[in-house]
Parts: sequence; C-alpha cells; structure tokens
Amino acid sequence: MQLTLWTYEGPPHVGAMRVATAMEGVHYVLHAPQGDTYADLLFTMIERLPKRPPVTYTTFQARDLGGDTAALFQNAARDAYARFQPEALLVGASCTAELIQDDPGGLARALNLPVPVVALELPAYQKKENWGAAETFYQLVRACAGPNAPPPGGPRLTRAGRARPSCNILGPTALGFRHRDDVREVRDLLDGLGIDVNVVAPLGARPADLARLGNADFNVVLYPEIAHVAVQWLSRTFQQPATKIVPIGVNATRAFIEEVCALAGLDAQPALAAFAPRAAWYARSVDSTYLTGKRVFVFGDATHAIAAARVAVEELGFVVVGLGSYSREFGREVREAAKLYGVEALLTDDYLEVEQKIAEAQPDLVLGTQMERHIAKRLRVPCAVISAPVHVQDFPARHSPQMGIEGANVLFDAWVHPLMMGLEEHLLTMFREDFEFHGEAAPSHLGVPCEPAVTMAPSWARDAEKELGKIPFFVRGKARRNTERFAQERGLETITVETLYDAKAHFGR
Amino acid sequence: MVIRSVLGVGGAFVNAVTISKATSRGCTDAVVPLERGQREVFCGLTGIIWLHRKIQDAFFLVVGSRTCAHLIQSAAGVMIFAEPRFATAIIDERDLAGMADCNDELDRLVARLLERRPEIKLLFLVGSCPSEVIKLDLSRAAQRLSRTFMPDVRVLNYSGSGIETTFTQGEDACLASLVPILPSATATEPSLLVVGALAEVVEDQMRRLFAAMGVGPVAFLPPRSALMLPAVGPNTRYLMAQPFLADTARALEERGARRLAAPFPLGVEGTELWLRAAAEAWNIPAPRFDDSIALPRARALRALSRHRELLAGLRVFFFPDSQMEIPLARFLSRELGMRLVEVGTPYLHRQHMAAELELLPEDTALVEGQDVERQLDRCREMAPDLVVCGLGLANPLEAEGITTKWSIELLFSPTQGFDQAADLAELFARPLARRLRLRV
Ligand code: SF4
Ligand code: SF4
Repeated sequence: MQLTLWTYEGPPHVGAMRVATAMEGVHYVLHAPQGDTYADLLFTMIERLPKRPPVTYTTFQARDLGGDTAALFQNAARDAYARFQPEALLVGASCTAELIQDDPGGLARALNLPVPVVALELPAYQKKENWGAAETFYQLVRACAGPNAPPPGGPRLTRAGRARPSCNILGPTALGFRHRDDVREVRDLLDGLGIDVNVVAPLGARPADLARLGNADFNVVLYPEIAHVAVQWLSRTFQQPATKIVPIGVNATRAFIEEVCALAGLDAQPALAAFAPRAAWYARSVDSTYLTGKRVFVFGDATHAIAAARVAVEELGFVVVGLGSYSREFGREVREAAKLYGVEALLTDDYLEVEQKIAEAQPDLVLGTQMERHIAKRLRVPCAVISAPVHVQDFPARHSPQMGIEGANVLFDAWVHPLMMGLEEHLLTMFREDFEFHGEAAPSHLGVPCEPAVTMAPSWARDAEKELGKIPFFVRGKARRNTERFAQERGLETITVETLYDAKAHFGR
Repeated sequence: MVIRSVLGVGGAFVNAVTISKATSRGCTDAVVPLERGQREVFCGLTGIIWLHRKIQDAFFLVVGSRTCAHLIQSAAGVMIFAEPRFATAIIDERDLAGMADCNDELDRLVARLLERRPEIKLLFLVGSCPSEVIKLDLSRAAQRLSRTFMPDVRVLNYSGSGIETTFTQGEDACLASLVPILPSATATEPSLLVVGALAEVVEDQMRRLFAAMGVGPVAFLPPRSALMLPAVGPNTRYLMAQPFLADTARALEERGARRLAAPFPLGVEGTELWLRAAAEAWNIPAPRFDDSIALPRARALRALSRHRELLAGLRVFFFPDSQMEIPLARFLSRELGMRLVEVGTPYLHRQHMAAELELLPEDTALVEGQDVERQLDRCREMAPDLVVCGLGLANPLEAEGITTKWSIELLFSPTQGFDQAADLAELFARPLARRLRLRV
C-alpha cells in the first residue's frame, strides 16, 4: 500500500479514455462501478470538450456481484454498439472489475460484432495513466494496421511514385498538455519543409486512418510517453524509422528540422537559413541579462521536463537546480539529462517529496505541473506550467503551442513573465531604499494585492463581525462594503447580524 | 387512474402510474418507475470533500485504488491544501498477490500518518470498491487501530464505495458510523439534534432561530470537532437537514431518538415547515413561532421575488444525483413557479420524502435510478429550459443548446434556511440570465 495525497497520473483506464476520446469512430465499454464515471468530467470540464467521452460504463453495484456481472457487461457492450455504431470497439476493466475477472475481451468477442474488438488489459494495481494510453494506442494500431502488414521477411516496402515524402504524427491525445496546438504547429512546420502528413493519431484519427499508418515514410513521435510502444511496432512491421527529437525550444526545433529532413531525404539548409525564432533574439536582448543564472526547478512528465531543462539552460541562461519526473518508465532518460546539469534526478510521484525538494533547492522559478504551481504558490516562488497533469487553464482559447517555432516563443513569454522584468529589476536596484520599490514588491504587471479600505463606516457589532468572518474570504470584502453602504444609507450606527442579512437580501441579485 | 409512459416505450422499466384523487396529496401515491442502466453519478467517496472541511480534526483515509484517489482529486477540482485532511492508501499488486498483508500495511501507514499529523483526533477508514471486493475488513481494522491509538485518536470506518453508495450516501455512511460512539443523553428534558452537514453560517442562523422560539438545547451532527460529539437518547428529537441520511436516521432510532417529520429546509416554505416541526414538538405557542421567524421570512420572500420573475413558467429537468432533487423540485415549482419536466432521483426514501412528495405537483414525472442514455434521449426530446445535471453532462448539453446548472454546486454552497433561499434560487437563475445576456 502506498499513501497518496494528490496523484500526478490517473489509473491506466483514464489513459485509454484519452485515446478513445481523441479519436473518431471508437467507443470504449468499461466494466466499472458508477463512481468511475467521474472521469467524464476531466474531458467535459477541464478540456471543455463539447461532447461526452465515447465511454459506456457498466456501473455494476454490490447486489450485482452475487449475480451475473458478465451478462451486465455483455448487455452494455451490445447496447453501446447498437447506439453508437463505432468502427472499432475497445473493451476493458477498471480497478474494481479487474478483481472480479469477468474477461471483457472474451465476452465482447462472443457478441460477434461486425467491427474490430480490442480487449485492453490494463493492470490497474501496477500501472498508471500514461502507460494505459500507450498500451491502448498500441493495441488499436495493431488491430487496425496489422491486417495491412507485409509478410515478415518479405521485401522492403517501397513507397515510390509520390511527389513529396510523408510521415505520421503520433502521440497527441485528449487531455494532453497543449497537444491540440502542438499538432498544428508541427504540421505547419513539416508542410513548410515539403513533407506531407499521412495520419495524425490518436487525435482526430478514425480506425480507418490507423489502418493506413504503414503508408508513411517515417513517424514523428511527438509524445514518447504515449506513442513509443506503437512506434516500435510500426518500425518493426513497416520498417518505418521514427524521430527521436521532440521539438520543444529553439535548439530542439532546429535539430528536429535536420532530423526530419534527413529521414525524408530533403535538404535542410534552406529551412535552417530562414530559421529565426523571436525567442532567440529576445534571449539575447539586453533586457534579458537579468535572467542570467536564475535558479530553476523542473518537474513534469519525462519529455517535457527534459526539454524544459535544456531550454532553461541553453536558451535562457538559467541554472537548473533540480530536475525530476513522475514518469518512471523514462527514468533512464531523466537521469541522463540530470547528469548534464550536475543535479540528481528526482524520480517520484510523491507530491510531498517534490515539495520538500523544491523547498530545499530554493529556486527563483519553478517549471512544473499544476501540482508544482500549488507548491510554488505556497513557497511564494514564481511558477510556469510545462506539463500534464492539466488544469482548465492549460487549455487556453488562443493558439499556444509548446513545440516548434511559435512554441519556443510561447515558452519565452510563459517562463519570463512570472519573473521580474529587466528594467524593473534595474529600477528596484536604483530605488532600493524607497518604500514603494522595496525588494518584496511583486512584478508590476502581476498586480498588487489590495489593502482593506479604510472607511468611516458604521461600527460592527461583535457578533456581526463574527458572522462576516464566516463568509468565504473571496466575497467577504464585497459583503463588508455592501453592508456598510446599506447601513450608511439608512443612517444606522451599528451593524448587527440582522443588518448584515438585510443588506444581503437587498443587494442579492 | 392515469397511466403515463414517461420513459418511452420498451426497456426494463415499468410505466409511470399516477393516481389522481379528488383531494390532492401531491405525489404521495405516485408510483415511481425504477430505471436501470448506466448511472452517471459520483460514488460516496465524494462526500469527503465537504466532510473533511466540516469536522476539522478528522482525517479521512480511503483504502482503495488509484482511481479512488483520482476521483477525489478531480471532484474537488482544487488542491489548495498541501496536506489535506484526506488521503488514499492505494492497494497495489503486492497486497493483492499476498506478498504483503493488507492489515499490516494499513497499520504501518496509519502509524506514520498519525505521527505526522498529531492534531488528528478522529480517523475514518473509508472503504472503496476494491477494498470491499477483496473483503478487506475495515471494521476490524478500525477496532484494532482504535485500541492502539486511543485515547488520542479514535478510528472508525464506513463505506464510500461506488458499489454500495451513490454520491451523498457517503455522508450518510460517515454519520451513521458516528452514531454508536455518541455519548448517551441522560437528561430527562427533550433535546433537538439537527442531522446533516450544514455550512457554519447556516448552522448559526438555525441556532439563533431555535433560541428565539424557545427550542433547545440544540446540537448538530456532524459536529465541528470530534471532541464535541452530541449526546443522544430516548429524549432526543432529530430533524434531518439533508434528505440523504437513511442509515444515519436508522442508527439514531436505534439509540432511541425520534424523527420530527418535515420537509427539508430548502426555500422559504421548506425552512418554515422544518422549523415548525420543532416548534410543535416543543409546544411553542403559534404567535411566538410566527414572531421569531417573521423578519427573516419576510426578507427571504422579498429576495426571492426577484428571481421568480425570470424563472416562473420555465421548464426544468433533473438528472439524478444527490437525492436533493425532490426538495429542490418542490422549491422551484412552488416558490418560483417553474414547471417540472422530469425529476430523477438516484434513490427514493418514501418515508423521509413523505412531506416533500405531498407538496409536489400531482403530475410530476418522478424517476428513481438511471439509464443515462435514455434519460438524455428524453431530455432532448422535451427540450427543457434548464437541466440540472452532473459535471460530465453539463458542457455536452450546453453545446447542444440546452442550458444547465451543474448540481455539485448545490451541495458545496450554503443553500438551507431563510437567508439562503434567494442564493439557492440564484444558482438556478444565473445560467438562464447568462444565456439571455450572451450574444456569442
Ligand atoms: S466507484 Fe469505487 S473504485 Fe471508483 S472511485 Fe468510487 S470507490 Fe473507487
Ligand atoms: S481582489 Fe483579491 S486578487 Fe484582486 S488584487 Fe485584491 S487581493 Fe488580489
């Protein structure tokens, strides 16, 4: 048993949901109790998807356990197929159903549905969300593309006769950190290089699209955590090479351009000559001198954490004082990266341990997940979010990628913004002794907390003051002002509990 | 006798039969169809989110899976507290394979937890689906741990699992587990116990009203501190502040307490009848009762009238969620003039709901249980003006052009009592008012 306060990753079936929800024409029948339907809100409230995830839950109850939960599952699968008419059906169990061992795969196959049925075995007591997403994607890819695989040992595939080379973009899912925007950015980048995109998957793909994955010349792996298993299978089966560089930051994007051009047999030079992200120039601008040597603590999934550390050091002149990840599957990669910066890799999913390490490192900036944002807030350290787990804020209305050229610009803005600007810091030094410009002053663009207004208000009776204290802090100020105005308008000298409620009734919308 | 097929044709449910009588008894005699299918509701673990704020020296340790931990985190939506007063002991493969003994593991975790959090006075071991399916006996574990840590910490257990409990039933199970340890009341005078977690501000309003009318002594369950457990005995009369407390009520009856039948204190009417039930039990003269509530009552009616204008005549549809649907529907229909298209409830407790059913319009389409897909079909077909539903359904319905009110807010905000009646109305009015305003 492991004691957990907050988790970085959900259970593996949530990973499966991320794949199913990203795709079109796929439905997932999940053997699970009613409470597990909470997962729908991740997609409808956090990502604000306008449709329900394509998931049917069997929602068995205790009284079903003595009876026939298998029949319950079969009925649910049959009904779901009839209602949603998917082109492929995913079936599986959540943690509880895993224990009752109903064999969703066998049960679903016995229905003889006219579409591929993919049975997911996602061990809920060992594995987590990203693993579940990777496994689900792999199983779907195999089920859909497998029938098109060339016989083993046969001749090398030739994809001659096409004007432009082509690739697949693999890994983006629902509920991913800026996946939507990264796809657009990378797709445009590839297009500019003269490379066609055969299929993007899972995001936006149908089962029929997965069936034609083998037509591409190579694969672009955007999110190794999710795509790596499927990509290995594709390499073996279709002899498709895959990218190793994730284009986050100026330098990685440049290296990515070189890598894909090499895979596509194109000359990278023209593209590299024109390559001039604004972020690179801003980093060299004198204003940015003040960023030099800022201490950053980096934590996130492996891909984003490793990339962020590189950007921080090479492209902003920061010093990495901590680097860690909750993606244990990529422990080796994280350790290697940590070695580059002379720090010890922190591989953990224990939130309290991360908090302690951050406190010890005393960074000037935290680059982390929403969890680290909370830690940083408590420690009063600025923070920028670089990785899942996500929050509604991580789905901005505007285009805001992390990858490619625009992604590099976004990183510059997002990471520098929480810090003191150069000119500001300069002024602070100049006016060090001035009461308005003391060192604890917050950056001016982040606003200042307001002081409670000093008023000539009527006096508050003790019990009324106490009652006011029970009102949530974020509306308390307004309640106080309204009540005082109400009392003043009526010439009351003392505010009682009744006055408070009279005012509330008066001002209520 | 009118037979109305509210649920469409076919399927595993019966047709709704409403019996109309000459003298209206509301929905008292309504035959409520039971629907079975996919339920789109939280499990009882969710209650921890408000219970841990309420009992401030209690800690809730879920014994479950990563899913359980993820549910609480996602439903809470925020992580304001570094170390909240709840956590999950995640069962892993070693426990399941028998390589580790679950009870030893639990003892180890609890010892570490209590060492770290010495301010904890009451620890709840909360059962989940996985702990129940593997038949981990948490009541024995609680007894064992209690022996170890008493008198500093008392350890209790209850089930919040999704196979046993729906959403608010977690609070019921939690409070029911407290009843056996409540001290015995020795007084010969009657005392009043208000049952169900209320916001402090509501609790204090109620206290003042009871004091003004001369009802008392009054205690609340759950208490704000584990050290303030109210006494209970044959002279205890209890009022239910929440409609979902069937097991707690049963446990209180076993201790000799008697329930004062009343509607629930939602809206002006509900609050008045609820308070009146206590006043009558205490033989408070009618003028004194009327006097003591006159001010807040008039104030609430005034505040409410503003919302009536917008809401009257509009049609509302309830998806089953918290068991508060029936009292809320009664409030919306009687005090705000809304029309009830369908009122779903996850579970119908006839006895506790009796006073509510009597007040509901006679032809209300009540449905117990859920088949979410069919219910969505009905909902779309009936095109209500407002749908009350859970977080998973709200945005998809909005995207279809249907205005929604997400139901969890109805539990998280103070809604009971006179001075909250208009706030409650506002929760329903806001999405509609917003719809009128937006031009995008
Ligand atoms: S339904 Fe069961 S398994 Fe799912 S979160 Fe609730 S208690 Fe845990
Ligand atoms: S209102 Fe609150 S958030 Fe806004 S400035 Fe004042 S203290 Fe800060």
